[in-house]
Amino acid sequence: MEKQHEHIVRSYEEELSLLNNKIAKMGGLAEQVLGQSIEALERRDPELAAATINQDEAIDVLEREIEEQAVVMIARRQPMAYDLRQIMAAIRISSDLERIGDLGKNIAKRAVAVVSEQQPKQLMLGLKHMGELALGQVKEVLDAFIERDADRALKVWYKDEEIDAMYNSLFRELLTYMMEDPRNIGLCTHLLFGAKNIERIGDHATNIAETVYYLVHGTAITDQRPKGDTTSSTPVALKRSAG
Amino acid sequence: MSLAIHTDVKEPAATLSEKMEEKVSVRLLNFYYGAYRALSDINVSLYQNKVTAFIGPSGCGKSTLLRVLNRIYDLYPNQRAEGEVLLDGENILSPKQDLNMLRAKVGMVFQKPTPFPMTIYDNIAFGVRLYDHLAKAELDARVEDALQRAALWDEVKDKLDVSGLSLSGGQQQRLCIARTVAIQPEVILLDEPCSALDPISTAKIEELIDVLKRDYTIAIVTHNMQQAARTSDFTAFMYLGELVEFDETTRIFTNPKQQRTQDYITGRFG
Repeated sequence: MEKQHEHIVRSYEEELSLLNNKIAKMGGLAEQVLGQSIEALERRDPELAAATINQDEAIDVLEREIEEQAVVMIARRQPMAYDLRQIMAAIRISSDLERIGDLGKNIAKRAVAVVSEQQPKQLMLGLKHMGELALGQVKEVLDAFIERDADRALKVWYKDEEIDAMYNSLFRELLTYMMEDPRNIGLCTHLLFGAKNIERIGDHATNIAETVYYLVHGTAITDQRPKGDTTSSTPVALKRSAG
Repeated sequence: MSLAIHTDVKEPAATLSEKMEEKVSVRLLNFYYGAYRALSDINVSLYQNKVTAFIGPSGCGKSTLLRVLNRIYDLYPNQRAEGEVLLDGENILSPKQDLNMLRAKVGMVFQKPTPFPMTIYDNIAFGVRLYDHLAKAELDARVEDALQRAALWDEVKDKLDVSGLSLSGGQQQRLCIARTVAIQPEVILLDEPCSALDPISTAKIEELIDVLKRDYTIAIVTHNMQQAARTSDFTAFMYLGELVEFDETTRIFTNPKQQRTQDYITGRFG
């Protein structure tokens, strides 16, 4: 579908752009929470972590606002076709962003928990790298939403495999550290949960990519994306026999 | 986007239409009011026991198309149709077509309720008497059946001898539907049947459409897009005498293929 014309009823147009602006604002906040939480974990910075935890509230407020506005618009405007898809997309994306915010908040909480840990910071590198990748995915998919660019969304969708692959290797790496030295277990467990959160954030970015594709084309992505996270079926003994 | 109207209207996806029988097939239909061409090369199908909605701005030709389907236009001079309209495979535009037979098979209900100035009973029985010679008991049964089908029986069964004009607008419209049903048609054409009705009466008519489609093939012209979305299985969007898009209703209202359809149903400048 080509560029959309304006609505005859101007207030309808205004309501839709308000909805879009709220998603953009919410996306910006979610990116911020995610970026800061990873930074807080990496630097073991409790102040930054606390500030990040507080920011999540604003995301929740926006999600409720978007949902309320969407419900009112459905009731009052009876949206059709592309408009209906825009409103459905707003509801879906805001709920994915809310989850991203929550997962980011959880990472920040873990940053507080590991402040006193003394292990070398290089342990953090893998997680930091994975976080950056996820953050890039979230940014890219939000741009795709704002630009209504389905191709860009599709790229994000395919790229999620990289996060999954990174999570798998990080899982094994952290397992190795834990087996090397039991004193690593506390920190590594937190990092493992942090990594899992980031992997989940990647999945939410993928959801948003699917929503953007649906918004633009009116159909779901039909391609099969290989499921990348295999850790749930990875035996712990694997490393021991290998090493 | 280009302003050209797309005429490469595709048949709806195989999912629904493949298993269905075409009750009415309109093929390359052109219609003229004198020299003015009101319909251009229309191809569309009405499927058996399905509701097909026709939407589009005023003057797009949707009512004209409906008027071709039972050749009611024949009542007026200088109006003519070219092309084919097949009802069960027979071209009803053929000069050999018996118009009384056709109108018995293809009933029509109009925008404004048009009860005859006679009793409720006679409103229904009048048309039946034209086609069938029934004994009193049979006629009574036919009248009751028609009023039952039009969901009006309970409201009027104790006053069948009062004037049809004494009913409310919604009841009058259901009386007109009962009158159409009483002739035992195969196709029912509804030309904006709810535009003069309040929401409750509208809901009753819409419920009626859902029930009637089990026995009849229905075409409805409506300006109310939500009504088209609610009541129909297929939707045809018409513009300036052309059929722009014809597809399953669920698709037209969630993901239309043509920009013009999208602009119209979402209320945009096009």
